[in-house]
Amino acid sequence: MELFYWSLLVFLLLNLIAGLWRIMRGPSGADRMLAAQLFGTTTVAMLVVMAQLQAQTSLRNVALIIALLAAVTAVAFVRRAWPEKETSRDAD
Amino acid sequence: MPLLFDSLLGLGGIWLAWQALSSDNLFRAIVLFVAFGLMLALVWVRLAAPDIALAEAAIGAGVTGALLLAALARLDVVVHEEATNPEPSQPSWHRPGSGFVALLTAGLFIALVYTLYHLPVDTPGLRRDVIAQLDNSGVRHPVTAVLLNFRGYDTLLEILVLLLALLGVGSLGKCHRQAVTATGPVLDALSRLLAPVLVLVAAYLLWLGASAPGGAFQAGAVLAAGGILLLLSGWRLPARFARWPWRLLLALGPVLFLVLALITLWLEGKLLQYPPAQAGGWILLIEASASLSIGAILVALFMGGDAEPEHKDE
Amino acid sequence: MLTDYLALLLLISGGFFFLAGTVGLLRFPDVYTRLHALTKADNVGLGFVMAGLAIQSGSWLVAGKLFLIWLLVLLAGASVAHLIARRALQRGITPWQR
Repeated sequence: MELFYWSLLVFLLLNLIAGLWRIMRGPSGADRMLAAQLFGTTTVAMLVVMAQLQAQTSLRNVALIIALLAAVTAVAFVRRAWPEKETSRDAD
Repeated sequence: MPLLFDSLLGLGGIWLAWQALSSDNLFRAIVLFVAFGLMLALVWVRLAAPDIALAEAAIGAGVTGALLLAALARLDVVVHEEATNPEPSQPSWHRPGSGFVALLTAGLFIALVYTLYHLPVDTPGLRRDVIAQLDNSGVRHPVTAVLLNFRGYDTLLEILVLLLALLGVGSLGKCHRQAVTATGPVLDALSRLLAPVLVLVAAYLLWLGASAPGGAFQAGAVLAAGGILLLLSGWRLPARFARWPWRLLLALGPVLFLVLALITLWLEGKLLQYPPAQAGGWILLIEASASLSIGAILVALFMGGDAEPEHKDE
Repeated sequence: MLTDYLALLLLISGGFFFLAGTVGLLRFPDVYTRLHALTKADNVGLGFVMAGLAIQSGSWLVAGKLFLIWLLVLLAGASVAHLIARRALQRGITPWQR
């Protein structure tokens, strides 16, 4: 079972690294933010697997915090950094 | 398998850090920085440091991302142009002095590898002393014992640094007030659901700090996330709280910590030397007030460091 | 023993959905379609992983906590997807047409 957990962790990490391409590529700010959100979900999955693997209860709390704060970051993005009006910043 | 995982994690982290620093699009740099924070939390977990992983998740990946995004939004108001570096985009290694920096960095890298290679394996460090004195510290978690009892003055100074940072940001002058735009039902529902959960989780982390990874800074960051979420969904501090009550809240943690330090100096003759019997209560008092202040300071930073935060006009 | 196999099956399904989410994120043509990867595939994947781990842990307390984290991720993911999609429409990003 331990070996399987490790394989799952490596697999999830590879997913995460693949998602980096979308952060780099964009094209819009929303795409980058989306990829970061996916990062959050994948990291939560990895942390709960690690909590089981290393028998560390506190890792589930790290997962809980990431789950909560990822949402706050995304709301900050929509409300502040990505206003309704077009700015010249999107012309990249 | 663990080795493969750790190598991927390490290389991924270094690559992310490099990309975040060298990105000429500020928004992309911020998103990469947030991703880097998540990666770093995993790194701390692999280094068997759950306390730091918790702090990194709350501060590095959470609140810092929101702070940076708010700063970027304000930049746009000021600059009115693309959020890219103003200088012409020549490759960074063509700038003068870069060779010197590269040499320095390489030298430092070699020195660090050499030092690391010659470090003794498995030294107990101060772990044994900490465990031996744990019963006198008032808490059951060694990290909390070190942070709030054995080396409490470090933590005291850290909180003061946060307050100082806020004063520094505030001294840069008034920043543009964020207009409240319509929120819509989904954001309203989300903030109503999440804000109480965030407060609850903050209290849980604070309480947990006595026996497991958790504590004031993590709890403060989660509280701040709740405050930031409320601000983003259009909530504003009522005007009657916006002046002195708010400033009191900002200073509560640092001031109480200082007062206790002076009291212990007077009673026990040593700075922050609590009597072992009451240490647990004292630590909880300090941590609770510190959490509140840290949360408030981070929220104030998000608002641009005004001493008088945005409030409703009554 | 049977629970081990069940947990294994759940965890592998979870991994499959994560893979689907990644493929979607990389291959879908516009923001609106990519939001599916965020709100559907990965959240289902996380649910499967949580379920598998809950069975493995054999403790109701751990299972409850995992379920709670999953619920929070679902809530946040769905709301954020809505906010991003609405803002994208407001900004005049046109949905992809075949």
